[in-house]
Amino acid sequence: MEFSELIKTATVENVLLSCAGLPAVRGTLCITSHHLLLSSCPGGDVELWLLIRNVDAVEKRLTGSSGTITLRCKDLKVLQLEIPGMEECLNIASSIEALSSVDSVMMMYPFFYRPPSLKLEEGWHQFPLEQYFQQISSQVMLRSSQPLTGPNRRRCREDETLLGTILDEGERGFIIDTRSAQAAKQARMTGGGTEPKSSYPQWRRLHRPLERGRPLQESFAKLVEACSDPSLSMDRWLGRLESSRWLSHVKAALSTACLAAQCMDREEATVLVHGAEGTDTTLLVTALAQVILDPSCRTLAGFQGLLEREWIQAGHPFHLRCAHSAYSHARLKQEAPLFLLFLDCVWQLSRQFPFSLEFGERLLLSLFDNAYASAYGTFLCNNEKERSLCKVKESTHSLWAWLNRPEEQQKLLNPLYSHNALVIWPSVEPQSIQLWQGLFLRWIRPSQHLDEAWAEIQRLVEENNAPAKESTGNRLSQSLSDPTAGVS
Amino acid sequence: MEHIRTTKVEQVKLLDRFSTSNKSVTGTLYLTATHLLFIDSSQKETWILHHHIAAVEKLPLTTSGCPLVIQCKNFRIVHFVVPRERDCHDIYNSLLQLSKTAKYEELYAFSYNPKQNESEQVKGWQLIDLAEEYKRMGVPNAYWQLSDANRDYKICETYPRELYVPRTASKPIIVGSSKFRSKGRFPVLSYYHKNKEAAICRCSQPLSGFSARCLEDEHMLQAISKANPSNRYMYVMDTRPKLNAMANRAAGKGYENEDNYSNIRFQFVGIENIHVMRSSLQKLLEVSGTRGLSVNDFLSGLENSGWLRHIKAVVDAAVFLVKAIAMESASVLVHCSDGWDRTSQVCSLGALLLDSYYRTIKGFMVLIEKDWISFGHKFSDRCCQLDGDPKEISPVFTQFLECVWNLTEQFPQAFEYNEVFLLQIHEHVHSCQFGNFLGNCEKEREELKVKEKTYSLWPFLLAEQKKYRNPLYNPDFLPELTLLEPNTVSFNFKFWRNMYHQFDRSMHPRQSVLNLIMNLSEQNKQLEEDIKELEAKIKQRNGQSDVVLVKEHQQSAHPAPVALKTPPCFKKEQPPIPGNDAVRTIEGSNTADNRYSELVSEFSKAEPAVVSLEYGVARMTC
Repeated sequence: MEFSELIKTATVENVLLSCAGLPAVRGTLCITSHHLLLSSCPGGDVELWLLIRNVDAVEKRLTGSSGTITLRCKDLKVLQLEIPGMEECLNIASSIEALSSVDSVMMMYPFFYRPPSLKLEEGWHQFPLEQYFQQISSQVMLRSSQPLTGPNRRRCREDETLLGTILDEGERGFIIDTRSAQAAKQARMTGGGTEPKSSYPQWRRLHRPLERGRPLQESFAKLVEACSDPSLSMDRWLGRLESSRWLSHVKAALSTACLAAQCMDREEATVLVHGAEGTDTTLLVTALAQVILDPSCRTLAGFQGLLEREWIQAGHPFHLRCAHSAYSHARLKQEAPLFLLFLDCVWQLSRQFPFSLEFGERLLLSLFDNAYASAYGTFLCNNEKERSLCKVKESTHSLWAWLNRPEEQQKLLNPLYSHNALVIWPSVEPQSIQLWQGLFLRWIRPSQHLDEAWAEIQRLVEENNAPAKESTGNRLSQSLSDPTAGVS
Repeated sequence: MEHIRTTKVEQVKLLDRFSTSNKSVTGTLYLTATHLLFIDSSQKETWILHHHIAAVEKLPLTTSGCPLVIQCKNFRIVHFVVPRERDCHDIYNSLLQLSKTAKYEELYAFSYNPKQNESEQVKGWQLIDLAEEYKRMGVPNAYWQLSDANRDYKICETYPRELYVPRTASKPIIVGSSKFRSKGRFPVLSYYHKNKEAAICRCSQPLSGFSARCLEDEHMLQAISKANPSNRYMYVMDTRPKLNAMANRAAGKGYENEDNYSNIRFQFVGIENIHVMRSSLQKLLEVSGTRGLSVNDFLSGLENSGWLRHIKAVVDAAVFLVKAIAMESASVLVHCSDGWDRTSQVCSLGALLLDSYYRTIKGFMVLIEKDWISFGHKFSDRCCQLDGDPKEISPVFTQFLECVWNLTEQFPQAFEYNEVFLLQIHEHVHSCQFGNFLGNCEKEREELKVKEKTYSLWPFLLAEQKKYRNPLYNPDFLPELTLLEPNTVSFNFKFWRNMYHQFDRSMHPRQSVLNLIMNLSEQNKQLEEDIKELEAKIKQRNGQSDVVLVKEHQQSAHPAPVALKTPPCFKKEQPPIPGNDAVRTIEGSNTADNRYSELVSEFSKAEPAVVSLEYGVARMTC
C-alpha cells in the first residue's frame, strides 16, 4: 500500500481553521502521509501540525458549495475546517479517514520519524526488568492471569507448588481478584476460574470488581460528551457526570490499589493480583499500589521505569486498547481506557500529595497523548513479542529519550517535589475525588489564569532555591566589591 | 452559670466522623460558661463555642456509653460517647440551654475581653469608615449627594443613617418612594463606578400590587437614571424568580411595571428565597455527612440538594449586573423582596467583580461592612444568634462567601486574601464573639451599644493578616476598575470541601500547597528585606569610612567571600520550610482513616497473629 493512494486531494487553498478558545485562521491545507498541515496565507507560518493518527472521528457537513469538517482528536481536541468546494471537502474528509485508520503498525509515523536531535537506540534499554524488587519488607507483590481451572475444577500441581513456595510455613498471602466472585466463577465455563481455597490453603482470596472493557470505554465517552457541552445546567451537568460513572471507576481503582498496598505494608503479607488475562485491571492495581508504596516510583525516572515494567513489558495491549479514544463512531473492538484510568488515579494522588511526586500534570497529559497517537515507538504494539517482530526498538525512537532531554524534563518536573519516603495513603471519599479538569476540559476551560498562577508558584520556588540565594549573595558581594557604588 | 450541672466528665470518647469503624480518642470533657472543651490523652484540645452549636442530639445508649452528637454552625460535627448516662444527660441539658440565648446581652461578645484598652477599642471600630469608602468611589459628586433623610432612622429603620442618593431626589421624593417600598427601603446608592459614571443602587420591592403606582417612586428611578450622564437607560434587576415576584402582587407587593417607569429595562434573575436555600443546605449537609458514600450517591445527592445551582445563580446574576455597568455604562437598581438577602449578595458580588479594591483584605472588610452590615442583612435572624424563629435561618451570607471562593479558584492571582480568610469570617459571623455581626441592623447595634461594649473583628484579622494572604496575589493582575469576567459554565462550580469538611481532616490533601507557598513567599520577602537592610548598611558604611572598606577590599583577592562567609541573611534558611512542622506533615495519611482498610481489618480480627492496624500516623517533617 502506498500512502499516496489514500490521499485524494493533497492541498486546498483558503481553508478556515477554528478551534475553541483560539482565533480562527485562514490558510492552505495540506495532507501528507502522516500529517495535516495548515499554513496561514501571508507569512506561510504553519499554524497547525496535526498527526493524522490523532484523529478519532471525522464529521463532514456540506452547505452549498463549501463544507465543514469537524475533526475530533484522540487527545480530546476538536478542530473545524471550513473548506471551499464540495468535492475538495469530501476528498479531504475521506483522505483523513483512510489515513487515520491505517492499522498496520509498521506504516505508522514512528517508523518514519527521524528527529536530528535523537539517536534511534537512545532510551530503549534503560529499564532492565530485574531492577525491581519490593524492598519495603520481605513481602512481594505478584501478578498473573487467572488460573485455568475450567468447569471440571482442574488443578495444577506446579502452580500450587509455585504459590506455595512463595510463602514460608505459617505465612499467609492475599489474592486480589479484580473480578466479582460471580464473574470469576462464571469464567470457569470458558476455561478460566479462581484459586480454590482447598488447593491454595495459605492464600486468602479477596474480590474487588473493577470495570474494564466496553463499559469502561463507554464511561470515558460519556464523560467526554458531558464535558464538551458548556450549555448544561448545573443539574444536568452533575447528572451526566454521575451517569458517566468515571469517578466511581477512579475511586474503585484507587481503593483496590490501596487494599493491595495495605496487605503488604500493614499486614506484611505477600499479595498476588489478577483478573482474567492479567494485562488490564491487574496492571492498574499493581502499578498504582507501587506508586502508593514506593517513593522510587514517584520520581520522574522511577515512574518511567514503572510504566515500562508494569504496563509495556507486562503486555498491556496498547495497540488494541488505545486504537480509538472517546469520540470514535467506529464499531468498538477492544478499546478500553485503562491506561487513562491509571493516569487519572496518579493525578488524584498528585492532588492529595502535591509534594510527593517528582513530576507534574504535564507528564501525565503527555503520556495520555502519546499512548493514543505518537511520533515515538514506546506505546506501539500489544506486547514485547509483537514489538520485537516489528523491530520497534530498532526502527523507532523511544518516547523516554525525548522526554529525558534536559529541556523537556524541565517542563515535566513538579517544582514542589521533595522526597517523601513514606507510603502515601490517599483518601478515597467521594468528596476527595475530583474531576481531572486538566485532561477532560483541557481544550474547553479557559486556563490562562491557572497557568499564570502555576508559573508564579514556579517562580517563588526558584527564587527560594539555591541559585537565587547565590545571586542575592552576588548582589551583596558586588556592592561590597565596589566601594564607591553606594556613595554617589 | 446556673445551666451547668456537670463541669467535667472523664473517660469520654471522641469518635472520628469519617474514619474506620469506631476509631476514637479518649479524654476529658469540660463545660465552661462560653465553651465546651475536650482534652484528649495526648493533650490535644478541641474548643467548641456554645454559640457555634446548631443542634445537640442524644442517641440511644450503647454498650460503650451514651452517644452525644453536636452539630455546629461552622459545619463541625463532633460525636462523643459519655460513659454514664447521667453525665450525658446533664451535659445535653446544659448545652441545650447554653447554645440558645434569649438576650443579646448574654452573647459572648459582651463578655469577651481581648485585653485592649478603651482607645484601642475605639480605634478598632474606626478602622472601617464607610464615608471614606464612598469618597474613594467618588461620591459625593455633581450627581450624587449624602442625604440626611434617614439621620434618625425615621424613614427606614433597617438602613444606615447615612445614605447616598441622586442630587435631584428631593426629600419629598425620598419619603414618597420609601412609602411605596417594602419596609421603607427606598432606592439608594450601593456602589459608584467612577469611570463609567454608572451606579449600583439597591432597594426592596415596590408595593405595586396589581396596579398601584407611586409618582415619587417613578421620579426616584428617573433621578437615578439622570444621575448617569453616559446612559439614560437603567436596568431594574429583580433577583427573584418571576413566579415568586408575581405571587407577591397578590399581597400588594410585586415588581415595577415597565410602562410606568420611563427608561427602565426590567429583568428577573431567578435566585431562590431563604427557605429554599435553607432546605438546600440541609440536603447538602445530609449528603456530605453520610459515611461510606459511593461517588454516585454523592454526585446525585449534590445534584438533588440544588446547592451548586443556587451558587451559580448568584454568580450569574452578578455577572449580568456588571455587564450592564461595564459594557453599557448603565446604572442598575437591584432588589428582591425586602432587599437584604439576595440584593446584598448580588450588589456585593457585582462590586467585587468591578472593583479590585474589594479583592484586597481591607477592601473585603469594607465590602461586608457596606453591603451586608450597614444595609441591614439580618445576621441575627439568619445565623440564629438568639433563640428565635427557625424559619428565619438561612445560609445567605455563607453562599456569598462560597461565590467568592469559586472566583478565587478561577482567578488565583486576583485576590489578596486566601481561603482561610473566608473561612475565618464565616467562623466569626456565627461566633458572636465580636460586635460587628450582632443584631439585624445598625439601629439595633446602636441600641446595644456594640461599639462601647464589644470589639470589632476587623483589627484582629488585620493583625494576623499574614495568615490570610494569598501568596500568589498579583496587584497588577488587572488594572484598577477592570472587570473580572468569570466563566460560569457549570463545571466551574465545585463542592467547597474545605468549608463543609473543614474539621474532617482525613478528607483533605495531605500536603498543603497554600501553606508551602505562603512560607516560601514569606521567606523570599524576608531575604529581600535582609538584603535591602544590608545594602543600606553598606551604603552607610561606605559613606562613613571609605578607607576601611577599601582596605578590606584590597586584602581580599576575591571580594565575594566577604559577604558569603558570614552571610547574616542566610541564618534564617536552615530549615527550608521554617518552623512549622505541620506544613509538611502527612498526618492523617493512614490506612485506618480510610475505609479501604475495613475488609482487611475484619480479616485480621479473626486471626490475632496479624499486626494491629494502629501502626501510627505516617509523619514526615522536613
